Amino acid sequence: MLSRVADAIYWLNRYVERAENIARFIDVNLKLILDSSTGITQQWEPLITITGDLPKFKEKYGKATAETVIQFLTFDSEYPNSILSCLRAARENARSVREIISSEMWEQVNSFYFMVQDAYQQQKTFDPEKFFSEVKMASHLFAGVTDATMTHNEGWHFGRIGRFLERADKTARILDVKYFVLLPSVKDVGSTLDELQWIALLRSVSAYEMYRKRGQHRITPFGIADFLILDREFPRSIRFCIIHAERSLYEITGISSGNWTNPAERSLGRLRSELDYVTIEDIIQSGLHEYLSHLLQQIYGVGNDIFESFFALKPINERSSEIPKFRSTELQQQF
Amino acid sequence: MNFEHYEPGDFYDELFIDKNKPRPAVMPLIERINSLPPDEILQRQEVAQQALFKLGATFNVYSDNQGTERIFPFDVIPRIVSAKEWQVLEAGLKQRIYALNCFIADIYDAQKIIGDGVIPAEVITTSKGLLKPCIGLKPPGGIWCHITGTDLVRDKDGQWYVLEDNLRCPSGISYVLENRRVMKSAFPKVFETMGIKPVDDYPSHLLDTLLNLAPESLPNPTVVVLTPGTYNSAYFEHSFLAQQMGVELVEGRDLVVADGYLQMRTTKGLKRVDVVYRRIDDDFIDPLTFRPDSTLGVPGLMEVYRAGRVAIANALGTGVADDKVIYAYVPEMIRYYLQEDPILQNVPTYLCWREKDLSHVLANLETLVVKAANESGGYGMLVGTQSTLEQRQEFAEKIKANPRNYIAQPTICLSRVPTIIDREFTGCHVDLRPYVLYGKDIYVHPGGLTRVALKKGSLVVNSSQGGGSKDTWVLC
Repeated sequence: MLSRVADAIYWLNRYVERAENIARFIDVNLKLILDSSTGITQQWEPLITITGDLPKFKEKYGKATAETVIQFLTFDSEYPNSILSCLRAARENARSVREIISSEMWEQVNSFYFMVQDAYQQQKTFDPEKFFSEVKMASHLFAGVTDATMTHNEGWHFGRIGRFLERADKTARILDVKYFVLLPSVKDVGSTLDELQWIALLRSVSAYEMYRKRGQHRITPFGIADFLILDREFPRSIRFCIIHAERSLYEITGISSGNWTNPAERSLGRLRSELDYVTIEDIIQSGLHEYLSHLLQQIYGVGNDIFESFFALKPINERSSEIPKFRSTELQQQF
Repeated sequence: MNFEHYEPGDFYDELFIDKNKPRPAVMPLIERINSLPPDEILQRQEVAQQALFKLGATFNVYSDNQGTERIFPFDVIPRIVSAKEWQVLEAGLKQRIYALNCFIADIYDAQKIIGDGVIPAEVITTSKGLLKPCIGLKPPGGIWCHITGTDLVRDKDGQWYVLEDNLRCPSGISYVLENRRVMKSAFPKVFETMGIKPVDDYPSHLLDTLLNLAPESLPNPTVVVLTPGTYNSAYFEHSFLAQQMGVELVEGRDLVVADGYLQMRTTKGLKRVDVVYRRIDDDFIDPLTFRPDSTLGVPGLMEVYRAGRVAIANALGTGVADDKVIYAYVPEMIRYYLQEDPILQNVPTYLCWREKDLSHVLANLETLVVKAANESGGYGMLVGTQSTLEQRQEFAEKIKANPRNYIAQPTICLSRVPTIIDREFTGCHVDLRPYVLYGKDIYVHPGGLTRVALKKGSLVVNSSQGGGSKDTWVLC
């Protein structure tokens, strides 16, 4: 597979997943406000903090309110991680590999893009709740269409790596920010307010019901961190994402787990095995925030290693000298 | 909406002999449309447009910075070619392409046609499309123009003419295939009752044509489509064809010359490429041989090509026969190489470098169409009947300054097909571009792209100048 093509499929999936996660952040916050009678003040700034682009936001919009944050994260076409920009980038990547992906995938990205574009152009009638659930559904539809219509070949695996790395990154960020910014002033610990916050966090990653269904049903910060970082089976937990990204990588290179032949296999394999053996007690002891920061750095590093190992177009200067020189002097005379 | 009030007018109408008198072969279609509830046809038009947009069947416009993607406007009333007419066109195109290929091969080899005095040497040597690095080239099987999109037009009396040969990188075939797909869902019943030649097998024929270029000893040759990239106006088509053939779509930056072969950069290292269907102009294909500022091509490709280690379709250098002055000699070529009379006629052409033609052209600018010899896409043209005195004077100066670069032709009153404009059927002028593949044999794809001038009365059908397209039905 062409390096450029693999790169485009990887980013196509990352951008779609990114758009979905941004919709999740905003959506859950909007829902939380509905419970504001219980004393939650509107918390919009943390949403920007998650993205790591707080300075950029402050410079352009100043105060974080529902309007400015939604504008910035949804429709700001100058901000490269807004939903609109993500879809534009996803579509450009899809367009450059249309012949590789299935027509159904292209049509889904295309109509996804136009759905967001239409909402952008008709902001007067903007219905946030409807819009953000449509974004989530469109992303799921894309993932489903991808799995059901594209051959599960190398390109598909690169797409999966992109999607899972992006999702692992976003789950880590959501957990990090909620834990440190929203929570808890000491007096709120264990209160109704505290519980609502945690439920909101779980909902933002579609984890609420699944969390309740596992062995430990009670909502505790400990249990939630354990679930979202280390659960083996929940598809948005960091460990799940990393395990499946690694599997796809091995499918691509044909190496078996436990070995490595390039930096990507090494860093991803290392991250996976760390997640396999670390316990939530270890994590809390080292500090959740510190642990998550470290994790984000490692995920970022894996992305870089994948770029270096598969996508980077290294210049090749060697020109062959063995091609016989062209002889046509007789003919050239005629001109 | 029906055809009751449709006026064919004083033109050759492809669907009507006279008012309320459809041509016999198209009766089922006209009856079907007339039987639809009012406005149903408009809805079907709307649905078809949306389907094309959803498919992303768009083209880019160079001059337009904002939202460069546009859908090629599509009209649901098809253009219909009877079986009998098609037989003549098919035979004529085969004959013409065969002769043109003989000509290109001859020009880059012994140049017998010049030696025998059929074409003056200076016409060839002054052609911009002549590529000196291609002299002595022997492409596989002696085939140069593998893919051609000949532009045909029809005058008031129904007579067909060849307007241009387009031997370099003709585009538009993807619209033929997509338009048909959309039309089948718009008029399924008509397709059931009228025998319409299918078009879906074009990608298979194209792939065969390309595979035919690889050495027979290669069990599994690698074919690629080379595109300038997503910003090219025909990118949709490049991608579409690669997808339909199941081959890689590559850009110049994906390719490199290494170990004496053309190779592409993959996630598993370099992989050899055997056949390139290039959609990049000759000038841009190798910065070491042609334009040094080109970033679209591959440095060193020409050397590999000359050594016969990669095949390219179309061969480099075919543009020499796209020169509009050389076009005028095609009937002579057919007589010279085939000893046959041409089946398809050229539009009568005045060559401004001939003294007597020049004075005729300058005296009759008002009625003629003047074209620059090396331009295409509707650029560098003067349509005399629609020009101002100032424009004519300007063109007269240009012609006098460089007579070799200009030709003139009488204005052809292009035939018309009913087209939906402002919720009415209006006769709009059309041309026809059939696609011809030269592999083991010459294959003419049934139908082709019908381009339609969507401005009332306009004779310019180019997509870059506000034209649209129609499906073309060749009847069995």
